[in-house]
Amino acid sequence: MATNTVPGPRVGQPTSLAGKAAFEVDDRLIVAGPVRRTLNKVFPDHWSFLLGEIALYSFIVLLLSGTWLTFFYDASMKEVIYDGTYAPLRGIEMSAAYESTLNISFDVRGGLLIRQMHHWAALLFVASIVVHLLRIFFTGAFRRPRETNWFIGVTLLVLAMLEGFAGYTLPDDLLSGGGLRIFSAVFLSIPVIGTWVYFTVFGGDFPGEVIIGRLYILHVLIIPAILLGLIALHLLILVKQKHTQFPGAGRTEHNVVGNRLFPTFAAKATGLLFIVVGLCAALGGLVQINPIWLLGPYNPAQVTAGSQPDWYIGFVDGGARIFPPWEIVLWGYHIPPVFWGALGLPGLMFGALALYPVLERVLTKDTASHHLLQRPRDVPVRTSLGAMAVTAYVVLWISGGNDLIADKFDLSLNAMIWFGRIGFLTLPPIAYWATYRICIGLERHDREVLEHGIETGVIRRLPSGEFIEVHQPLGPVDEHGHGQLAYGGASVPKKMNQVGGARRAIRGFFKPIEEPAEVQRQAEIEARGLESEQASRRELTGSGRPSEGGRPSEGGRPQDPRD
Amino acid sequence: MSTTDHSRPGSAGGADEPGQLHGGPDDDYSPAQLAAMDRTELDRLGARYDGVEVLHVEPVAPPGSPLDKKNTRQVTLWFALAALFAVAFVVVYAGSGWFLPTWAWTTGSSTWSALYTPLLGALFGLSMISIGIGLVLYVKKLLPHETAVQDKHDGSHFDRVTTGATLMGGLDNSGLPRRKMLSGVLGVLGLAFGAMLVSLLGGFIKNPNKGNPLGTTPWADGLRLLRDDGTPVRPGDQVAGSLATVFPSVAGGNKAYDAAVILIRLRPEQLTELRIPAGQEDFGYGDYVAYSKICTHAGCPVSLYEQETNRILCPCHQSQFDVTDGAKPVFGPATRPLPQLPITVDDEGYFVARGDFPAPVGPSFWNMGRLG
Repeated sequence: MATNTVPGPRVGQPTSLAGKAAFEVDDRLIVAGPVRRTLNKVFPDHWSFLLGEIALYSFIVLLLSGTWLTFFYDASMKEVIYDGTYAPLRGIEMSAAYESTLNISFDVRGGLLIRQMHHWAALLFVASIVVHLLRIFFTGAFRRPRETNWFIGVTLLVLAMLEGFAGYTLPDDLLSGGGLRIFSAVFLSIPVIGTWVYFTVFGGDFPGEVIIGRLYILHVLIIPAILLGLIALHLLILVKQKHTQFPGAGRTEHNVVGNRLFPTFAAKATGLLFIVVGLCAALGGLVQINPIWLLGPYNPAQVTAGSQPDWYIGFVDGGARIFPPWEIVLWGYHIPPVFWGALGLPGLMFGALALYPVLERVLTKDTASHHLLQRPRDVPVRTSLGAMAVTAYVVLWISGGNDLIADKFDLSLNAMIWFGRIGFLTLPPIAYWATYRICIGLERHDREVLEHGIETGVIRRLPSGEFIEVHQPLGPVDEHGHGQLAYGGASVPKKMNQVGGARRAIRGFFKPIEEPAEVQRQAEIEARGLESEQASRRELTGSGRPSEGGRPSEGGRPQDPRD
Repeated sequence: MSTTDHSRPGSAGGADEPGQLHGGPDDDYSPAQLAAMDRTELDRLGARYDGVEVLHVEPVAPPGSPLDKKNTRQVTLWFALAALFAVAFVVVYAGSGWFLPTWAWTTGSSTWSALYTPLLGALFGLSMISIGIGLVLYVKKLLPHETAVQDKHDGSHFDRVTTGATLMGGLDNSGLPRRKMLSGVLGVLGLAFGAMLVSLLGGFIKNPNKGNPLGTTPWADGLRLLRDDGTPVRPGDQVAGSLATVFPSVAGGNKAYDAAVILIRLRPEQLTELRIPAGQEDFGYGDYVAYSKICTHAGCPVSLYEQETNRILCPCHQSQFDVTDGAKPVFGPATRPLPQLPITVDDEGYFVARGDFPAPVGPSFWNMGRLG
C-alpha cells in the first residue's frame, strides 16, 4: 500500500529531470491515467482508414490558409476603380471584393500561393470526404452502432459543399457571379416560398449589395464553426466506439488489432498530415487555379462560354442541364424544371444517402451491432446499389461539363445532353447488374480457391496422359483433396507469393547488407507470424476477449479500463 | 514558513490522512513492486489496464548493423532535405526584391516574377512532403513493428441501470410529472422562448411582392437603347445577322441584372421565315428584334448566337432559343421564350423602347403568372 506520510526519499519517485517535471504536472492535473489510455489506444492498420484523415488534414490547411487570407480580403460590394499592379484591368469598375482578391494575387507577398493553396485544399477536402464516404459505404462501416456518425458525415459533406460554394463566390469575379446568379434562380424556383427566400438571401433583388458580406460571414464563421463542431463530434464518437476493422486472423467483433497510438500510429498520422499539407502547397504553387484576373469583375450581362463550377458542384449543374423543359403551371403558379434538376435531384441523393443505414437496417432486419467490416463482394446488393448511385452521379457530373466535352471531342452538344438524359436513366441499372455479377463471380472464386487451393501454374502429366494443374491447398484437406476452410469474410490468398511462395529479397543496392541466414530466419518467423503467437496465447475462433484469468496482478486483465 | 505548517489558520481543517489515493491499480501494485519492473514490463502492465495486449513485436535491424545504418541514413536524408527546402523557401520568399529580382508581377512579366509563386509552392510542398516521407520511413524502418489488440466494450448494463435511476430520481424529486400546471407552463415557456429567438430572423425578410420588382425592369417607354459604353444605337449601325447587347438609358442601366437586351438585325432570309407571336406583331422595328438577354432557365446572359440556325445559346445550361420564332426555347432545359422588348426609333433616329417587357424577365418563379 502506497503511503505518502513517510518523509524522505520514497520508493519509485522519479529521479530524472523530465520525470520530476512530469510528476509535478500529474500532481496538479492528474492526467497520467488518461494520457496512458490515449497512448495505448489501438488503431487498425489499413490504408483505407486514412481517407478520413486526409479530409481532416485538408480542413486544417483550409483553416490556416483561410485565416491568413481574411487579413487581406475585403468582403464589400462597393464599386471601386481598379488601380493596382495588374495592368490589363486598370481603370475598370469593380467591387472592392474583387479588387482585394486581385491584390492578394498580385500585391501581397506569397498571397497567390496561399490563395491557390486554399482553393486546392478545398477541392481535396470535399474529394477526400467523398472517397471516405464511399469506403464507409462499401464496407458496411455505417451499420449499427455507427449510424450517428454516418449521418454526421453526410451533413459534413453537404456543409463542405456549401462552404466551398460560398468560398469561391467571394472573389466576385465573372465566373462566380454567374454561379451566384444560377443559385439565385434555384432559390426562386422553390414552390410557394421561392421569391421570399430569394429576397431574404440577397436582401432584395439580385445581386443587391449585401450578398458578398453575408456569404463571407457564412464562409469564415458560421459554416466553419459548425464544421469544426461536427468534426469534433465525429472524432469523439469514433474514439468512443473504436474503429471497425476488416476480418482477419485474431480479429473479432470485440477487439481491435493494429498499432498503438504511440509511437507508430502518431508518427504515421503526422507523416500523412505533412504530406497532405505539402501536396496542397505544391498544387497551390505549381498548378494554377481560378485565375480570377483573366475573368474580370462580375457583370450580369456577360458570361464566359465553358464556365465550370468547382468539381463538387458539377453534378448539380449537370442536373440542371439535362432535366427536360418541364414546367408545371397550374392556375398561374409555376414550378420550373430548375427546381427538380438542381434542388430535387441533389436533395433526393443526399436524403437517400443520409437514410441509407436506416433503410438497410429495416430491409435486411439486421439490427445487430457490427464492428467487423464486410468486403464489398460479400454484400452484392449494397455494392450494386452503390455502383448504381455512383454511376448516376458520374452521369450528372459529366453532364455538368458536357459543353467542354462536346467542344474538346468535337461532338454535338445536343447529343451530349441526350446522352445525359438517357444515360441517367439507363446506365445505373446496367451498373447494378454488372456489379452484381462481378460480386457473385468474386465470391465464387474465393470459395473455389478455399476448396481446391491456389493455382500454382505447375502442369503435371499423369501416367494416363492427362494434364492437370497442381493446386496448393490453403489448409487441411479431406479424403477427396477438398479444402476444409470456411470463408471468413477475409481476403483469400490467390497467388503463391501471398502464402510465402517466394522469399523476400535480400536488401542492399550495391552489395547485400543483410545476412542471408538472418533473412531466412526472419522469413520463418514471419511465416509463423501473428498466428503462431496467437495460437500459443488464445484460440483464433474464441471470443477474443482476453478478460478471463483473474486480476491483473495475477496475470489476468481488468474487465474495464478505469478512470 | 512553508505550506505544511499546520499551525497556520486554514491549514488545520481536516485530518491529513491520505484516503485511498487512486484506488484500483495502486492497491494491486506497491511502489516497490513497480520499481522492480523494467520499462517494457511497466508499459505492458499499463497497456493491460487499458485493455491492450501487445501480441507480436518484430524487432528492427540490430543497432550498428549495415541495414540499421542504411535505414538511419535514409531517414536522416529526408529530414535534412526537408530542412534544406524550408531554408530555400525562406531565401526565395524574403530575398525576392532584396538580393533576388523582385517578385512583383508586371505586364510581359519577367521570368522571375512568373516563377516566384511556383517556386514557393514547390519548395514549401517539397519540405512538407519530405518531412512526411521521413516520418513514414521512420515508422517503417526504425521503429519495431508492433501488433497490439485492444478489447472493445459494448455498453454496460450496470451503467445504464444506475444512470437511468439517477436521472429518473431527479425527475421524480422535481415533481414535474405530477405538477401538471407547472410543466404545462414550462412547455409554453419553451415555445415562447423559441419563438422569441426565431422572430429575430424577421430582420432578414424582404417582401418580394412590394412594387412588383420581379415583374418589372428598368425599361420604360421612350428609353433609348444604349451600348455598354453609353452610346445610342441607330438602325444602320449593325450589319444584317449581327447581335448587340444594349441597356436602358437610365442610371445604372448597364449594371441591372434584368435589363440587358440583345438587339438582333435579322438577315433577309430570316425575315421571310419570321413567325411573330400573337400580340407582339409591332414589337420589332424593320429587320430588328430585341429580346431579353436573361435566360428564362437560370438567369445567365444568353450570349452565343448562331445565325445560320437562328439559335441563341445560353452557355450555362445550353438552352437554345429560336430568334425567328419569338425566341421560343427549342432545346435544353428552358421552358419560356425570352421576353421581347417593344422597340421603335425616336425623332433623332435612335432606337428607343416602347415600354417594359410583356412578361417577367429571367428564371421562372412560383407566382409569376399572378403578378399584379
